[in-house]
Amino acid sequence: MSLAPTLASRNLFHDRLRFIATLVGIVFSVVLVMIQMGLFLGFGRMVTTMIDHASADLWVLPKGAKCFEDPSLLDAKLRDKVASVDGVASVVPLVIGFSDWRLESGEMTPVFVVGADLRDGSLGPWNVVEGNVRALSQNGAVVVDRSYYDRLGVSKVGSTAEIRGRRVKVVALTDGIRSFTTTPYIFVDLKNARTYTGAFPDRASNLLVRLKPDADRDTVLAAVRAQVGEHEVLTTDEFRSRSRSFWLFGTGAGAALFAGALLGVIVGTVIVAQTLYSSTKDHLSEFATLRAMGSSNGYIYRVIIYQALLNAVIGFVIATAIGAVVVEMTAKSALPIVITPWLIAALFVLTVVMCVASAIGAIVRVVRIDPATVFMR
Amino acid sequence: MSETIIEATAIKKTLGRGAGEVQALRGVDLALRRGELTLLMGPSGSGKTTLLLVLGCMLAPSSGILTVCGTPTSGVDKEGLAKIRRDHIGFVFQSYHLFPTLTAAQNVRLAVDIRGEHGRKAKKEARKALSMVGLEQKADTLPGELSGGEQQRVAIARAFVANPSVILADEPTAALDGNNGRTIMRILADTAHQRERAVLVVTHDPRVIPFADRIVEIEDGLLVGTESGGPERLHFPKTAAFRP
Repeated sequence: MSLAPTLASRNLFHDRLRFIATLVGIVFSVVLVMIQMGLFLGFGRMVTTMIDHASADLWVLPKGAKCFEDPSLLDAKLRDKVASVDGVASVVPLVIGFSDWRLESGEMTPVFVVGADLRDGSLGPWNVVEGNVRALSQNGAVVVDRSYYDRLGVSKVGSTAEIRGRRVKVVALTDGIRSFTTTPYIFVDLKNARTYTGAFPDRASNLLVRLKPDADRDTVLAAVRAQVGEHEVLTTDEFRSRSRSFWLFGTGAGAALFAGALLGVIVGTVIVAQTLYSSTKDHLSEFATLRAMGSSNGYIYRVIIYQALLNAVIGFVIATAIGAVVVEMTAKSALPIVITPWLIAALFVLTVVMCVASAIGAIVRVVRIDPATVFMR
Repeated sequence: MSETIIEATAIKKTLGRGAGEVQALRGVDLALRRGELTLLMGPSGSGKTTLLLVLGCMLAPSSGILTVCGTPTSGVDKEGLAKIRRDHIGFVFQSYHLFPTLTAAQNVRLAVDIRGEHGRKAKKEARKALSMVGLEQKADTLPGELSGGEQQRVAIARAFVANPSVILADEPTAALDGNNGRTIMRILADTAHQRERAVLVVTHDPRVIPFADRIVEIEDGLLVGTESGGPERLHFPKTAAFRP
């Protein structure tokens, strides 16, 4: 094995204080990028959580609807038209919208009502931990998530409150259905949803279309589009993508997260570049000696790049360990940080690129070394 | 006649510019031959180091011809000159210039490592070179834990481990006491005579004269005298000399 990595590691570990400073810079940078990107992914998942849990192949949306939470309504009579299309197995109207929840104490809080015909199993509460979802068909029945106990002033199945002045009773509890808007989701029956959101009985927010198993999706999609006039028909993937784009980029939230990540990369690059340059400067006489001995520039670059790579690998391992702790800590929060294997791999590549790019300054300095200086010292 | 390793013909070198311009070498002819230890002596500012740098392919002459192992160096770029040094020249520096974070053996191995030889053979060669300078038992010691003389011996082992044709040594005994100076010169003389290398020692230490096969004197950038014929025929101050 070449001595270049040995020389690189000795150079690196020789000045422990500088090595620690470098690592702090890299770890700070990588953790910052990891968290920003983790929030980006987490936010991206949160905004589509309802779409992800809906049982639908196609979505019929009011024209121009930007996301699942869009308050526009369409004519529910379209249901029959869509149901008549060959290849459609079922069409389920969905009513969603913001409403007011009055606690027993009289305090008011906004809620987001999600109502569907639960017998169709299109979009109902999941992760039910207590109570009976089937009881939702009763008048005034609601399902809430237990993470919102305090916000909603409820503490168990059977607790009561009011929505739009109508008495409601908690019939079941879920775990982990959190809203990225901080407004709690309230699952209700379709009919109750219209009451609580003020929608007319002939209106619906979306129509959830399920296809027959042997149906050709594209053919049915075209046929449904022909039936719904000005309204839009999207596949689940398309709707998910549209919702995600709206919340992440339409609102600027994604840009802010990316800007934070970019800042992390810049800070990390500057810190690594600065410390690598100063380390190289401290070892200039050694590099000059190597050059005097006849070493190629490539050999010296390898030493510097090995140093950068060592920084990258050690910094990345520490940052990943910290990232894992942060992920664990935010798992139950309103906006969990999501770190996927792809994100880890991308971050590793980014860290390596960042550290190697940081070596350019040091390399430029070394290129200018005059080996003759060895005889002057 | 012995094979010529480095041949310098009519070498001139101007340093600085304008008012600060200095003619450091003013037409030097010198040949370094295999199996011969040559001393380059002269007062400070006489051009010793400039000539060493030119012979070591670290400084391009302003005019004249330099050939190393038959290869002319004029027009060769920096990487090409580095390759000539790597393949043919070993250096011993006054301040040793060992790598403080590498062990003695690793310091020696570095000279073969930069030639792309990384295997077990390279390690073995480094140990062998260290044993030739009597430091096999210090192979795993860091330079900071070695005496000045030991460090210079490591530097010499590093200079000849890659089997260069010529070794250029810059004031190798300047920082050493009598005993260490004598040891270093004995090793360099052995390198020249037993290992059949051309060795050039730049010095103004008269104590090293007894080890020389030839003495070249330089003054104001010109070679002003050459004596040869072995220690017994060379003039040196007997009281101050290292005894071979």
